[in-house]
Amino acid sequence: MSDTPTPQNTNSAIQFDELPDAPPKRKIKLSLLGKIGVVVLIFWAIVVAIGPMIAPYHEADILDEELFIVPGSDEMYPDTDFQPPSKIVLLGSDYLGRDTLSRILFGARTTIGISFIATTLAYLLGVLLGIAAAVGSKRLDMILSRLNDALLSIPSIMFALVMIAALGSTIPLLILLTGIIYATSVFRIARSLGQEVMVSDFVEAARVRGEGLWWIITREILPNIAMPLATDFGLRFVWVILFISALSFLGLGVQPPMSDWGSMVKENLPGLIYGSVAPIMPALAIATLTISVNMIVDDISAHTGGKLAKRMIA
Amino acid sequence: MLWRALLSRLGISLVTLWVVSVLIFIGTNLLPGDVAQIILGQMATPESTAALRAKLGLDKPPYLQYVVWLQNVAMGDLGISKAGLGAGLGTPIVEILEPRIFNTLRLTGLVTVIAIPISLFLGLIAAMHPGTRLDRAVTFSTLSLISVPDFLVATMLVLIFAVFLGWFPAIVYLRGDETGWVLIKTLAMPILTLVIVASSQIIRMTRATVLNVMSSPYIEMAILKGVPRKRIILRHALFNAVGPIVNVIALNLAWLVGGVVVVEQIFSYPGLAKLMVEGVLMRDLPLVQACAMIFCVTYIVLIFIADMATILSNPRLRHPK
Repeated sequence: MSDTPTPQNTNSAIQFDELPDAPPKRKIKLSLLGKIGVVVLIFWAIVVAIGPMIAPYHEADILDEELFIVPGSDEMYPDTDFQPPSKIVLLGSDYLGRDTLSRILFGARTTIGISFIATTLAYLLGVLLGIAAAVGSKRLDMILSRLNDALLSIPSIMFALVMIAALGSTIPLLILLTGIIYATSVFRIARSLGQEVMVSDFVEAARVRGEGLWWIITREILPNIAMPLATDFGLRFVWVILFISALSFLGLGVQPPMSDWGSMVKENLPGLIYGSVAPIMPALAIATLTISVNMIVDDISAHTGGKLAKRMIA
Repeated sequence: MLWRALLSRLGISLVTLWVVSVLIFIGTNLLPGDVAQIILGQMATPESTAALRAKLGLDKPPYLQYVVWLQNVAMGDLGISKAGLGAGLGTPIVEILEPRIFNTLRLTGLVTVIAIPISLFLGLIAAMHPGTRLDRAVTFSTLSLISVPDFLVATMLVLIFAVFLGWFPAIVYLRGDETGWVLIKTLAMPILTLVIVASSQIIRMTRATVLNVMSSPYIEMAILKGVPRKRIILRHALFNAVGPIVNVIALNLAWLVGGVVVVEQIFSYPGLAKLMVEGVLMRDLPLVQACAMIFCVTYIVLIFIADMATILSNPRLRHPK
C-alpha cells in the first residue's frame, strides 16, 4: 500500500479496493456456449456500427440485369429476382432483385437499433416507476401495481395491433408502444427487487443514520439491483427483437423500402417454394443474435444463483 | 378463507377486464375521423355523415358511447364491420366471427392435446436426470427454439415438409367439410409449428418447476432417509409440482393467444387472429375491437385459472395468515 497517491489513483474506487474489507470482485466465467455468444454479439455490434459502409449495394437498389449476364451465353435479359448466392450477390437476391446481404447489413441498424432503444425506454419507465412503487407510499404502490397488472394482462401483440390500427405504423410509435408494453414486466421485477432491498438491514441502518430517500435510492437500492436488472435487460432485449420482428412480419412494423429483418422474411416468403435463401438469411440473422444473447444470459444467471432464473419464469 | 382468496382473485380479474375494455375502447377511438366517415367513405357529405353519426350514436359524449358499446358487447352485439360495405351498412361482426372462432379453437385445441403430454414427459425426464447429456440436449434445443422467431420455425418446417418432402401443403386451404385424415393433413403445418414453439416453453418451465421442488428441504430429507429415487419423484415431488405445472400449462395456453397471430398469418389459416390482422390492415376498427375483446377475455380467464391452480395446490396460499 502506498501512502503517496499518484495522480492516477486519487480516484476513490482504487482506494476502496485496497481497504481490507473490500469484497472480492465478482468474476463471471463464461462457458464455451457463452463465449460463442459473446463473439456473435460483438460481430453484430460491429455490423450495426459499420454495416451500411461495407454493404456492396444500397438497401433499396434494384440490381441491373447486366450484372447477371453469364459471359458467353446469349441470354441478354436474365431474371434478377430470387437469384441464388453468387459472386455478384453473396447471399442471393430478393423478390425485387435487391441484394440480400446489403439489406441484412442495412437492416441490422433498423432491427437492432429500434429494439435497443425500445428496451432502454422500457427500462427507464419500468425501473423509475418500479422503484417509486417500492419506496413510495402504500397507496402509490397499490395504484401503480393495479394499473400495471391491467396492462400486463393484455396480450402484448393484441395491444400493439389495436394501437397500430388506430394510429398507423411509424417508427416512433413502434418504439413507444414496445417500450410501454415491456415496461410492465420490468416494473414488476424492479419493484420486487427494490422491496427486497428496502427491508434489508443496511437500508435501515442508512435510515437511522439520517440519509435521505434520494441517497438511499442511488447508493443502496440501485447498486444492489443493477446486476439482476442487467441480466434481465438481455432477456428482455431478445423478446423485444422477436416482438418487433413479428410485427414487421405481419406487415405492421417497419415499413418498406427500409430494410428490417422481420419484414425481409415476409417479403421473400414466396421465394421459399423456388428454394431461394432470401427469406431464410434474415431469419437466421435474428436467430443468431437472439440465441447468442440468451446463451450469455443463461451463463450469467447460472453464476448468480437460480433466484434470477425463477424470477424470470414467473 | 379459501372462498375469500378465490373471490378476491375473481374481483381482480373483473376489474382487469373492465380496465382492458376501457383501454380497447380508447385505443380504437383515437383515430381522427370516426366510423361514420369511414363507412361512408367518398360518399360522405356533411348531412349524411351527421345522419349516420346520430344513427350509430356517435353524437353522444364518449363516456356514453362507451356505456352503450359495453352494453352491446355484453348482449352479444359486437357491432358492424366495414366488410361488405357498399350496398347496405356492412356485415354484423358476430356473423363474421363465428366460423373464425371455431377454426381458431380447433387449431389451439389440437395443439394443446398434442403439446401438453409430450412436453410434460420431456420436461420431467430432463428434470429427473439433471446435467446428463439428455438434459443438456433438451435444454439447449428448447432454449434455441424459444429464442428464434415463430416464423423461422414455420419457414423451416415449410421448407422441409412442404418443399423438399412434399408431405403437407404449405398453405392451409379449408373448404370446411374436411374430416379425419384429410383434415389432419391440411392442418399439419400450423399444428406442428405451434406444438414445437409451445412445447419448448412448457418443457423449460416444467423442468425448472420440478428442479425447484427437488431442491427443497423435504426432498433432501427423503434422500437422507434413503428413500429410493423413483419413489421420491413419484410420491414426494410430483404432487407438489402439480399446482405449478397446471399454472405453467394455463400460462402457455394464454401464450397461444398471441402465438396464433403469426402462425395463422403464415399459413393463411382462416382463424380469428388472421381476421384481426386483416382488420388492422384495413383499419376496420369495430372488427379489431371485437377480436381484441375476445382474445383478452380468453387470456384473462386463462390467467385466472393459472392463479387458481397455484392457490388451490398450495396450502399456505389456501389458508393465508
